[in-house]
This record gives sequence, C-alpha cells and structure tokens, in this order.
Amino acid sequence: MATLSFKDFKSDQEVRWCPGCGDHAVLAALQRALPKVSQALAYEKERYVVVSGIGCSSRLPYYMDTYGFHGIHGRATAISTGIKVANPTLTVWQACGDGDALAIGGNHFIHAIRRNIDINVILFNNRIYGLTKGQYSPTSKFGAITKTSPYGTVEHPFNPGSLVLGAKGTFFARSLDVELKLNEEIMTAAALHDGCSVMEMLTNCVIFNDGAHKEISDPAVRADRTIVLRHGEKMIFGRNRDKGLVLDGLGLRVVTIGQDGVTEDDILTHDAHCQAMGIHMLLAEMRYPDFPVALGVIRDVRDVTYDDGVRDQVRDVMLKSKIHSVDELLHSGSTWEVE
Amino acid sequence: MQLTGSLFANMSAVYGNALSTFPDYPAEIRAPHGTVSGVSGFQVHIGSGDIHTPGDYCDLLVAMNPAALKANARWCKRSAMILFDTDAFDEEGLSRAGFGTDNPFTELKVEDRTLIAAPITKLTEESLKDSGMDMKAIHKCKNMFTLGMACFIYDRPLEYIFQYLESKFAKKHPEMIAPNRKVLTDGFNYAANIQAIPNTYHIAPAPLEKGTYRNITGNQAVAWGLLAASEKSGLPLFCGSYPITPATGILEELAIHKSLGAKTLQAEDEIAGICTAIGAAFAGDLAVTTTSGPGLSLKSEALGLAVMTELPLVVVDVQRAGPSTGIPTKTEQTDLDQALYGRNGECPIPVVAAHSPAHCFDAAFQAAKIALEHMTPVMLLSEGFLGNGSEPWRIPSMADYPEIRPPFARSVEGERFRPFERDPETLVRPWAIPGQKGFEHRIGGLEKNHAGVLSSDPANHELMVDERLQKVLKIADFIPELSVDGPSEGPLLVVGWGGTYGHILSAVRTARAEGKAVAMAHFDYIFPVPRNTGEVLSRFSKVLVCELNSGQFARYLQGLFPGLDIVRCNKVQGQPFLVNELVDAINKAL
Repeated sequence: MATLSFKDFKSDQEVRWCPGCGDHAVLAALQRALPKVSQALAYEKERYVVVSGIGCSSRLPYYMDTYGFHGIHGRATAISTGIKVANPTLTVWQACGDGDALAIGGNHFIHAIRRNIDINVILFNNRIYGLTKGQYSPTSKFGAITKTSPYGTVEHPFNPGSLVLGAKGTFFARSLDVELKLNEEIMTAAALHDGCSVMEMLTNCVIFNDGAHKEISDPAVRADRTIVLRHGEKMIFGRNRDKGLVLDGLGLRVVTIGQDGVTEDDILTHDAHCQAMGIHMLLAEMRYPDFPVALGVIRDVRDVTYDDGVRDQVRDVMLKSKIHSVDELLHSGSTWEVE
Repeated sequence: MQLTGSLFANMSAVYGNALSTFPDYPAEIRAPHGTVSGVSGFQVHIGSGDIHTPGDYCDLLVAMNPAALKANARWCKRSAMILFDTDAFDEEGLSRAGFGTDNPFTELKVEDRTLIAAPITKLTEESLKDSGMDMKAIHKCKNMFTLGMACFIYDRPLEYIFQYLESKFAKKHPEMIAPNRKVLTDGFNYAANIQAIPNTYHIAPAPLEKGTYRNITGNQAVAWGLLAASEKSGLPLFCGSYPITPATGILEELAIHKSLGAKTLQAEDEIAGICTAIGAAFAGDLAVTTTSGPGLSLKSEALGLAVMTELPLVVVDVQRAGPSTGIPTKTEQTDLDQALYGRNGECPIPVVAAHSPAHCFDAAFQAAKIALEHMTPVMLLSEGFLGNGSEPWRIPSMADYPEIRPPFARSVEGERFRPFERDPETLVRPWAIPGQKGFEHRIGGLEKNHAGVLSSDPANHELMVDERLQKVLKIADFIPELSVDGPSEGPLLVVGWGGTYGHILSAVRTARAEGKAVAMAHFDYIFPVPRNTGEVLSRFSKVLVCELNSGQFARYLQGLFPGLDIVRCNKVQGQPFLVNELVDAINKAL
C-alpha cells in the first residue's frame, strides 16, 4: 500500500477556526498521527470516518480528507456507535467539545464508554461555549464569569477523566493543545487501543475564554505544573526533573528527589495497563496547585468491545440457527395448509 | 388471559377459520387485581366468511371476576352467553369492582343474557389437588380450565392446545404438561356435563385461498418485512431502538433473528436509537429505528438530520393514545400530523401506513424499498391495534417480491465525488459507503451544494429545499395508484388510512348490502399520495374521512384538494371504531 502523509488527510476546505484557536493544533496532530497509524495497522485512507457533533471543534470532519459525518448537537457518539457496529472494519474518530459531549450529549458519552465501543473520541475541552459566543460549560470552573453567569457560576464542573473512569473507561488520555508531539503519541496509542478511547484535549479559546488553561500551559510554568505520564516510566516532573509522585496513605503526594531522603527509587512507576482503577483515578483527579495536572495516557487496559460482541453473536447464531432465509423464517413455527 | 385468548385464536386459525384479535390490557404490569381499570381482555372474532375486525359485540363473554363483567357487559349481544367464575363473584369481588348490590347482572341490565355460572376456582383446585402444585400455581390454571369450557362451546378439538403445551414446556418445565392437559380436559368435560349451555356452535372453516398459512401480529410482521427488505437489498439490517409500548415487540422480534444478519442495538435513549441508525445508514446498512409517539417526538431533530444528509432510514411509529404519555396501551391514529410535519425547517419525509396486522409485512418492505431507492428517511405508521393484533396470513414467497436496488455511487475517473449530484429523473443522490476507495466525502446537518461543500448561499439553499421536496413527491411515480372498493363514482366515498381498514371495509360492505351506493378508498401511502388521488376523489360528491383522531388526515386532504366536500367521522377514545359507528356515519353522510 502507498505510504500516506499528513497532506493526504488535509481536505480542500478552508479552515475557519479563529486565528490562535487551540483546535488548529489538535487538527494538525491528528493529520500527523493518522499516517503513522495507517503504517502501523496497514489501514487505507478510505477506512477512516471522522464524526462530530455541533460546536467549534465539531467542524473538524470538514478539514479531514476522509469520510466524514457532521452530526447534531451531542449525538456524535451515538452516530459513531452506529457506524462502528454497522461496519467494524472502519476506524472511527470523533471530535466533540465539552458542551457537546458532557452537557447535551452526556448520556451517549457515558454509554459509549460503558459499552466499550471501539471508537476514538477527541474531547476538546476549552471550558466554554464558543460557537454560541461565550456561555459557561459543564467544565467551566466554579465561579466562572461568563455571559450566562455574570456573577459567577454556582455549579461544580465535571472532570472528564473522572467521568470516563467512573463509566469503566478502558482508555483515557489528557493533553494540552500546544503539545503537538505528545498529542501525536496519544492519538497513535488511542488508535492502537481496541475499545473506547477518550482523549481530553485542553484547548484554548482565544475569543471567549482566552487563557483557559494558562495556569498550567504557560511555557514558563508548564514543566512544574504538569506531569507527562508514560507507561513504565517514573512519575517525575519539573523543569529540573526533580519532583515526583509517591503514595501517601490513600492518596498521592508530591515529593522532591534529594530532599528528606527521597530517591528516584521511591517514585511511583506509571502502569497504564493496570486493570485496577484506583491509581488512575487519583492521577486523573490531580489538580493544580496541589498537584501537577496529569498529561499523557493515564489508562489503557483491555476489555471486550461492543462491536466485536455484536459481530460475534451474529456469527454464532448464524452457525447454530436453522433459519437462513426469509422464506425459511416465514415457514418457521406453527403453520397450516388450506387445501 | 392474553395467553388463553391467543391460544383460542391460534387454534381457530389452524382449524381454518378467518379471524381477527384485539388484546386490550392495562398499562400497569400488575394492575390492582379485581378493579375495573385493571381488567386485561382479549377479543377474538372468528368466522367462516370475511372477518376484517375483532368485532363490535360478542356472543360469549368470559368474566373471570366482577370487574371484567363490569368493563365488558355493554359489549354483550342480546343473545350472548356470559360465562363467569362464581367463586370470584363473592362480596369482596363485587365490592372491589364497585357494585352496590349482590346482583351485578341486574345492576348492569344483562340479567336476561344466558348466564353460565361455574365455580371455576374450586373446580380447578379439585382438578389439580393431586398434582403436587401449590395453591398459587393451581390458581394460575383457572384460565386453562375456562379455555377448556370455551373449546366445548365452540366445538374445538383440544389437540392443538396439547401440542402447544408440549412444545412450550418440554424443555424447561416438563412437569407442567400433565397438569395443564388435565385441567383443560376437565374444563371441557365439565362444560359438556353441566347441561347449562344451551347451544354449542360449529364455526366451519372459511373459504380461504389455497396455501400455507400462519398467524402473525403486526409487530412481528413489521420485523419480518424489514428482514425481507434486507434480504432483497443485500444489505444487513441494523435496528437502533429504545423500548417503548406498544412498539417494543419489533425490537424484540428482530433481536431473535441474528441468523439473518440482523443487528439490534438497545440504545440508551430514543435519540441514540435514531442516531445509531443514522450512523449505520451512513456506513451502508439498512437502518431502522422503532418507536411510539413520545419517542418520535424525541427523534425529531435527528429526523431532520436524516433528511438533510439524504440517508435511507425506516422509522416505525406504532401509535398509541397521546399526547404525552397518554394511555400507552391503547390505540390511536393521532401521530399523523407529527409524522408529516413534526420537524424544524422544510423537512419532507414520506409517510407509509400499514392497514392490518399482516399488511405490516408489505408496508415495512415498501417503506424500506422507498428509503433505500430514494435515499430518504421513511416514516412507517403502525398502531397499537395492529402491532398487538393478529390475523391468519397466507405466507408469501420471497420470489414474488421485487429486488431493492439502492443508487450506489459509481466512480468517474479523475473526478471528485459529488454527494448531492442528483439523478435528473428521480432527483435521488448517489450513495457512497465508507470503505470505498476514492469516494471520501463529508455530509452533515449543514446546508451544502451539489458538490457536498458547505454553502449558505441563499439561492443554493432554496434550490436544495425544493429538490429535497421534489425528490419525495416523485416517489408517487413508484407507488401503486389508489384503488376503489365499490362503485367508481357516486354520492359518497368513504376514506381512511391505517388500521381502520377492516372496520371501514366491513361498514361499507354492510351499507352496500343495504342498497346504499357507497365506495371506499384506503390510503397505504399518505405522503406522497398516489398520483390518481385527486381524480378518484373528484368522482364522488362527498368524501367521508374516518380516522381515530380529531381530523388530521381530513385536514391534510382538504389542503391538497381544496374543492372537495369532506365530512368527518372521528373517534379519540383509545379504542378502534365499531362497525356500527361507521355505518351510522355513512348513513348520516348520505
């Protein structure tokens, strides 16, 4: 098969996101990741389907030169599910925002995760409604001042990672829009994961929520306020690579290597493939300023997938059943002759 | 009672009678026992001639308790027999049913009917006292004892039921076969011995067309019709649905038939039901979602998406009494407006209606054929009355059904695929399925031009709106013309659609037998209407539109053909028409 490059995944449509929008970088990462995925899995371009709901990020399918479906608000996950069940040989990617996936589409989102349908969900989290011009979203911070919360919100935000893990998700990763390399790496891992992969991309909205993630994304502080997790590697972070995570009672604690007798051996090693969810939940819930925010693949475990289950059940029943045509069906059971 | 009723019906069908059934049960799974609102009924109409309805008035009423008598006494003919369980007609039973005296028959003014008083509870207990069953299980066999009595009254051999018991219990509960056989036989013998039954009846087989027959319910027939369309199109069937009364039977039936490649997805909600189906349609399956009125409301936005993306999709609405939750187990035709208009924007969707339980098969097949060949969602309207009702059906051969040929995209060397470049004749767009090399394209809810590129150009929008409508209207060239039963012109044409077919046909034939010049036309295709509709209707001085709503189809026809003299016969009680009511309406209209 021909080797694909990022250009093969660029459509002829003009990208209409605002200059400086975080979505540009996520699109670029996807266009760079898919050729690698195609190489690794021997996928032709026509196997890709990109699905979305409604919102700024949901314009993404138009910018990908693949099969694409721009759905309705909140329902991308249901549409993706139908596509994958109908044809499990397709590889389905989904773009959706925090409002799309977690407010109007919350139900479909958790049920896709529960079923473990083999789709790859990129969740663009800018903590704001951008396309409707600046209302708070289910991930807006408590007290956020927006057009519909001029005195600050009085509701708690979702942490998408907790939601995914709570629904027994098999794959969860988090990253920042600007981490192009890491995002390619995450997207490739998501594609290789057999099951529902959720990638939370912390994106900036330059117009309605500029600096949405500035406190951790600012290059001056990023290394100290985030930790990139990689399976099998020590949980070490900081611009001097001298900070790490250890278990402390029922929780995690940040320590400094070289202080209080702490050595590198004391630092936890990340195990993304560990079936038990406890440590993954602790990592997903780490919040600045008490902790660095966890980036990278936090959880990646195997479990049976819904699309395989549907396919296998149809095959098994076909093998066992005596009815293989509609004529046979019509004559099955109780019938009688009129002479 | 539902099982007993369907056993009696199936037995009659096998015997060769024409028949029609109507299960009428409360919405509650375990409704308060002995109360009038909790009565579960099963109406069976059998005969040697034309049977098109479950019947208006009954010859035999079986009342297992006073509440059942109270709920149904008004349907007893003057000559009717009322068979009742005296053990249940005690003080407590009478008071639960709200009787004020100890003679419910006088109270209901049915004391002159033939009353067959049988201590059914005690007789059943006696019959099964050595069976080893506990009292609760024994009491469950009361219906079987009663069925035995009914079999005596209607001269039905018990063999069919014996066979049924064998097949039902052989695997899991073989110990249940002998007691059920015994109690059924004891009931039969008891009826033969008491000499309280003045007449027994023999209903000779009906002169039916030669062939192999089976009983079928409307919900089963919808499921099978869709499977037939799957076979004739070569496309796997995908059904995404959320359980809802009275449509759930279709999803349940399809879930059984995985051997025919059917994939069923019980979705997390109604919206996911249709959206998974839309996804499956995009991916190349014959996609279906099934629901009832409230569920259809939830699907409205997604229906618009299916119209905009011009994907094939069958939406089955088994209508029930509304609005809102309404009366979930009762039948109505009140979703027509919703089916025709219930969406935002200019959003035309073809509407097909089934007219009898067995016709649900053809209606579902045709709905799927239209969807696949014309690249559009299609609404198939059924009704609770059809979905749960059953009738004998002469089994067709699939060789007699047409192939279904979707407009699959063909590649043109060197040209980019244009997803909305329409066939000039039918205005149907080509269908390119993900996985096909060289056809990568994007569709969605936003307006596009013929090339599939987003467009908010005013002229393009108006053009696409018009083309989507014209595409649907052109389906009229592919459906049968409207036919007339009776004189081809005259003073009165009786018009209906959907499940009122049998009642209207019976009423019109009754009126004609009385010398009235009345014709009938029934619409299986509602949008678009058959090409000759205007011409047919104009041959009659007056059109009487009969429907189980407040006049939705009458208003629709009046809008299409403003010059018509339309009168209406409407009923919104959650119940089918009575033939008598329609005969009265015909006489009034003449």
